[in-house]
Amino acid sequence: MGMQSIKKVIGSIEFGILSPQEIRKMSAAEITVPDTYDDDGYPIEGGLMDKRLGVVDPGLRCETCGARAGECPGHFGHVELARPVIHVGFAKTIHRVLESTCRECGRIKLTDEEIEEYMQKFEVVGDRKKAKDRLIKEIHKKAKERMVCPHCGAPQFPIKFERPTIYYELRRDEEGNEYKHRMMPSEVRDRLEKVPDRDLPLLGLHPEKARPEWMVLTVLPVPPVTMRPSITLESGIRAEDDLTHKLVDIIRINNRLRSNIEAGAPQLIIEDLWDLLQYHVTTYINNETSGIPPAKHKSGRPLKTLSQRLKGKEGRFRGNLSGKRVNFSARTVISPDPMISINEVGVPLAIAMELTVPEKVTEFNFEKLKKMVLNGPEKYPGANYVIDPDGRRIRLMENNLETIAEKLDIGWTVERHLQDGDVVLFNRQPSLHRMSIMAHRVRVMPYRTFRLNLAVCPPYNADFDGDEMNLHVPQTEEAQAEAKILMEVQNHIISPRYGGPLIAGIQDHISGGYLLTREGAYFTRSEVEQMLMFAGIDVEKLPAPDRVEDGLELWSGKRIFSLVLPEDLTIWYRNKLCDEPERCEALEKLIEEKLIPEPEEVRKIAYDGFVYIQNGKLLSGAVDKKAYGREDGKLLDIIVREYGVERARQFLDQVTKLAIWVITHKGFTTAIDDEDLPEEAIERIREIIREAEEKVNRLIEAYKRGELEPLPGKTLEETLESKIMAVLAEARDNAGKIAEKYLGMNNHAVIMAKTGARGKMLNITQMAALLGQQSIRGKRLYRGYRGRVLTHFKPGDLGARARGFIVNSYKSGLTPQEYFFHAMGGREGLVDTAVRTAQSGYMQRRLINALQDLKVDYDRTVRDPTGIIVQFRYGEDGIDPMKSWQGKTVDVDRVILRTLVKMRGGE
Amino acid sequence: MATKKEFDIFTHELVPEHRILSEEEKEELLRKYRIRISQLPQIKASDPAVVALGAKPGDVLEIKRKSPTAGYYYYYRLVVED
Repeated sequence: MGMQSIKKVIGSIEFGILSPQEIRKMSAAEITVPDTYDDDGYPIEGGLMDKRLGVVDPGLRCETCGARAGECPGHFGHVELARPVIHVGFAKTIHRVLESTCRECGRIKLTDEEIEEYMQKFEVVGDRKKAKDRLIKEIHKKAKERMVCPHCGAPQFPIKFERPTIYYELRRDEEGNEYKHRMMPSEVRDRLEKVPDRDLPLLGLHPEKARPEWMVLTVLPVPPVTMRPSITLESGIRAEDDLTHKLVDIIRINNRLRSNIEAGAPQLIIEDLWDLLQYHVTTYINNETSGIPPAKHKSGRPLKTLSQRLKGKEGRFRGNLSGKRVNFSARTVISPDPMISINEVGVPLAIAMELTVPEKVTEFNFEKLKKMVLNGPEKYPGANYVIDPDGRRIRLMENNLETIAEKLDIGWTVERHLQDGDVVLFNRQPSLHRMSIMAHRVRVMPYRTFRLNLAVCPPYNADFDGDEMNLHVPQTEEAQAEAKILMEVQNHIISPRYGGPLIAGIQDHISGGYLLTREGAYFTRSEVEQMLMFAGIDVEKLPAPDRVEDGLELWSGKRIFSLVLPEDLTIWYRNKLCDEPERCEALEKLIEEKLIPEPEEVRKIAYDGFVYIQNGKLLSGAVDKKAYGREDGKLLDIIVREYGVERARQFLDQVTKLAIWVITHKGFTTAIDDEDLPEEAIERIREIIREAEEKVNRLIEAYKRGELEPLPGKTLEETLESKIMAVLAEARDNAGKIAEKYLGMNNHAVIMAKTGARGKMLNITQMAALLGQQSIRGKRLYRGYRGRVLTHFKPGDLGARARGFIVNSYKSGLTPQEYFFHAMGGREGLVDTAVRTAQSGYMQRRLINALQDLKVDYDRTVRDPTGIIVQFRYGEDGIDPMKSWQGKTVDVDRVILRTLVKMRGGE
Repeated sequence: MATKKEFDIFTHELVPEHRILSEEEKEELLRKYRIRISQLPQIKASDPAVVALGAKPGDVLEIKRKSPTAGYYYYYRLVVED
């Protein structure tokens, strides 16, 4: 087992309706006895557990194929129905065919010209399901309304369909009186038989695969016992499957019906039994058919029949075919480990000893695998199973280790424990995009959680508040190679969504990078050597110190940062810290004029807000989110594209470790005193609030006096509102600016906000200066009591404070009224996120359903599975968004720059 | 009743160029992509561009669209009845 060669390949699958001949042909036995086992518990011949249908009890042999239970796949049987019955699944189709065809000659009720016309239309429509269905519907409508057959001239009658399986013909007698004629299934079948093959395509049927009369059953297939095994309870009582119960009912009634017919019983009794047989066959196929009571078990539980097995989330399709439970997988809580690489995953030892990888024994790994077999399942690194050349799986146990290790030879396979370096797939639900499942290398570790690098949290959307993740072990070399080549983490650093890095430095990686590289950051030899060791950078590469003060060697952070950059990397850009554009322009001018300016010249005007890297040396600028952060990490982006994903992984691993070393050893924290403002700043903010409130009051006065001019497209009230909002927003911004002025880059909260590590300046403003206007749906708060939000205000008060403007900061503390306003605004945010996730989840589902089967063909067209072209070239330009430059095809400027720098030569 | 003002939709900047393919071009297109006529994208005969061009069901249109990344992008549609 396991390693079998593929013997047959499925070329195509066809769906059709079984004809009675086919049912008889594939049948191994006719079933006539409505019973299962005799008193000794032995299968009755001709019964539902007939040994010709296969066996489920151990010890017995199948009478058709001779195989034992477990090996015999089972064989179909059949029941000859005494009278035909309607197949509920086709009841609607039967009705349509009856309505569309002539009751005398069986031809479709269309003229020859119409037939010709529709045949041509089918040609144009091709495989388009929707268009085809529409055509069929149109044909049905046209044929149904024709009350005289265009072929034989016979008059037609309307057909009434009563759910689930009864048909009436609304006939008219000689005097013109209408009367209902019940069509029994045999009559229906006779009519369907008359429909000629050539008319069938117009009815949406295939003449060879789906003759309409096959939709009326004359023979019922009996599924093999393997499909409906009986289970023996501990008490020794046999419990039969629901399908078996139903089949017993069918056969019992079928036999009664037959003997009554043979005995010449009155028509009324026969029809009653016939209807009963119809009921049983209907519920056997679908026990949730509307219009009839579901068949129940003795206990009152509705039976699970054929349709119920297939339908729904737990059904065969969604539950067992589209998705299934798998082996070689594990799930546990995740926790962070900044020391492992981004493409690694820490696997607990206990899991590594449970999950296995099959490894073929060769002369090169013989000794290693033999040792593992000797270790067995309980000693790491060991093995749990071996597979001999005949494909037999042998479980390794304490007592057979030595014997099997002796027998082990080339050609065997050992299912060895997971070990460092194995490729595994790592996944976190919801799997919304392809980065939700990536390939990682195993690192076996103690304790019980999966460990992952912090830089891969964004693609998985993972945090460590109790999140769990899944791990799968590919079992063949092909699968392992595919995972390595296509799915490994470094191949997904750039997101196809916006063409920028998704796996990148986060939070402390960015703050730490800033502390390392900002102007004036110098480190001693001991510090430098420690951080290089920590980051896994060769200490030998350390250049001469930048400065020596009183015999103390000092290196600039920029010098150290340069050690992780590729040696010939040249790039410059303005970063988030740039708030003095003149200084950036000066640097830009210098670089553009000289292309490769002297480093000393650059150093003289170096500025934290402008990054200039010349041949792998950081000469100006500090690292922030724009260097290796999410979405706009320029350095990371360039390294992936120009030096490859492996170099990018190394860069990210080293740079994040450097940053972590610096931030832990310098110390980085934020507390309430980060929001301390001097008295004069507080006074100035108060002044701003005072002025704004006055302005608002003046606006309200003007409005009340009727002096306010309405803005175009707005009522007077709306004009007032928008003007007030503008005044208050400006007040908050101005207060923020003042707070910003007093809080410098020695403030950790500000460092985080300005470098883009975490938070925005607005958040600091709200903590230190004032919270500002609270709003619901973009409007100032107004709902609550009549004319006021809270009873603390006068009705009709339009002033700032009465409508949710909070003059306090989180630090100074909110008044009770302000607190309530804040809660109102906050609640809207909560409701919004809840609604948004629900809506976007549903949208995502629909989109995926619509697009999942489209693929790019070898001729670069985008096609659906039937070959219909959707795009003549993928995305109009044939560009893989992950390989594009922020959505553009090529970055010509970058290509020119690289060529120029290379031509003029660096050092 | 005021008569509807005549105006050429192709003069509008958002309407791409449409052109009816000749029989030979049609053959060539089907050969190039190795498709049957039914595998082409479709456009209804009532589409304003089709009406303006006077194309009949069975004709194939070449639509020359501007693309920010590819310069021009040619799309083909089979005219069908609606």
